[in-house]
Amino acid sequence: MIRLEHVKRSFTVGDQPVAALRDISLHIAAGEYVSIMGPSGSGKSTLLNMIGLLDRPDAGLYLLAGQDVSQLNEEQQAQVRRDKIGFVFQFFHLVPRLTAAMNIELPLILAGVDPQERKQRVDELLASYGLTNRADHRPEQLSGGQRQRVAIARATIMRPAVLLADEPTGNLDRATGREVMALLEGLTEQGVTLILVTHDHEIGDRAQRQLVMVDGQLASDTRQP
Amino acid sequence: MTLTDTLLFASGSLRGARTRTLLMMLAMAIGVAAVVVLTALGEGARRYVIGEFSSLGTNLVIVLPGRSETSGISPGMLVGQIPRELVLDDAQALLRSNAIRRLAPLSVGSAQASNGARNREVMVLGSTAQLLAIRHMEMGEGQFLPDTDARLASSVCVLGAKIRRELFANEAAVGGWVKLGDRRFRVSGVLKEQGESMGFNTDELVIIPVASAHQLFNTQALLRILIEAKGRDEILRARSEAESILLARHSGERDVTVITQDAILATFDRILRALTLAVGGIAAISLAVAGILIMNVMLIAIAQRTQEIGLLKAIGAPPAQIRKLFFAEAALLSLVSSLAGWALGEIGSFVIGRAYPTLPIGAPWWAVLAALATALGTGILFSVMPARRAAKLDPVLALARR
Repeated sequence: MIRLEHVKRSFTVGDQPVAALRDISLHIAAGEYVSIMGPSGSGKSTLLNMIGLLDRPDAGLYLLAGQDVSQLNEEQQAQVRRDKIGFVFQFFHLVPRLTAAMNIELPLILAGVDPQERKQRVDELLASYGLTNRADHRPEQLSGGQRQRVAIARATIMRPAVLLADEPTGNLDRATGREVMALLEGLTEQGVTLILVTHDHEIGDRAQRQLVMVDGQLASDTRQP
Repeated sequence: MTLTDTLLFASGSLRGARTRTLLMMLAMAIGVAAVVVLTALGEGARRYVIGEFSSLGTNLVIVLPGRSETSGISPGMLVGQIPRELVLDDAQALLRSNAIRRLAPLSVGSAQASNGARNREVMVLGSTAQLLAIRHMEMGEGQFLPDTDARLASSVCVLGAKIRRELFANEAAVGGWVKLGDRRFRVSGVLKEQGESMGFNTDELVIIPVASAHQLFNTQALLRILIEAKGRDEILRARSEAESILLARHSGERDVTVITQDAILATFDRILRALTLAVGGIAAISLAVAGILIMNVMLIAIAQRTQEIGLLKAIGAPPAQIRKLFFAEAALLSLVSSLAGWALGEIGSFVIGRAYPTLPIGAPWWAVLAALATALGTGILFSVMPARRAAKLDPVLALARR
């Protein structure tokens, strides 16, 4: 599903180049449940952004479902993000002025889906995430757990093949975090590839495959020989 | 993303930041309203002046003594001659032209008018019976000057409505006597009250035969000759024939000026239109200022909405789409505020029109169109930069910020 070959990425901090990713090669199969752990500044978020096409590698190759996506222009990358990738963020990133239902609908609007079909798909998703009675609430009127469920609904409404979650429980209490994790793990059972960045071992250890990053390199991979 | 969804989303984000939106709308609406009100005023002034001028008469050609030209020094000036006067015989001679329907010589002076103990200083106009028809004046009571030979100095006069009130009060004026200077005139009629026109108040005028005026003021000179051409098409012929007749009479010297009412009208029209354009243009500057304000506020809005923009990019909005969203916002904002400004301007014009009923105030359609177009144009133009900036935002950085 995802294949990275010798991917490098460095940033310039002040006038010093800092390598965030040093020669990463990685293969993740469709339907895998992967956690990426590591200390702050180890490059795990950069790796996730790279996989999510929010960032471009300086060198190396990125194949997503067999397609070389690192060479696509911005327009094409946006389309790949829209159709194949879902994002879940630590801070939810819901649009504050829109209701829960409208936040979930957003990717469908961007994709130009017909309004009737939009409503039907949003309603289905609201129901399956237990948010039906919260549909017309704005994010500020929702609890943290509800917000993250809305965000997950938004990330999955386009039925993406890959779901990327950056510290999805980082802003939630333990009990709510567990609920959210259960929801995400439920999705992997439906065949979604889930990649999770966290520094919480309790959460990271639940994944089938665990990657640990240190200083821009993969320090360990439970699947690698 | 469909156009409807783009517009809905844009209007949603405008409604989401109510204060900001209202302030921007206010700035733009004031600009549009200023253009509408100021051009309405200018246009009102133009229509007023044109209307007043037209009411002076139709198809008028006016002969003035002297030559208003700056082409050089005429030989007469060197020997201390003043231009030849325009006299009554000149006026009579003009009637030879068949392009001229009628004419009225004018001579003006001021004199003390009295009826018994009541007296006041008045402006005395010497003319003939034709003046009534040429100047479109109407009689309130009695008769105008008798239609006799212009050289006959008969002792009759016609009073303006205000003079009649002041000299006669409740007495019957027609048939009464008025003393002008040292001569007595019988009142043959009173003009209908018509108020001021072009700074010339016929209500405060006394009209006597031109020959009597010449005697009263001890002169032969005419101030003007008012000519009415036979029709609109004859105006230019009346003018050129008047010129050639007077040229022949004044031994080949071009010492009179013949102007047409149309030419004066056209000049006033041009001047006042230019004035309207100028004030409209000045007001339009406020629209440009409003445009810059919109740009500023949009840039701030983008800074505040960094996260939202980052998110839109992450969930698959290409840069072009982000630009379109911000364009749509600017366009909607400009459209709504310029329409509001238009309404505001029309209300303002209406109120001013009520306060000054003589002024036919009303914004010309071209000014309204120009104001709306400028508002929309600046609004959209000044959103280009913010929209581009939004589209260029790096989603990683945008989302990283809390």
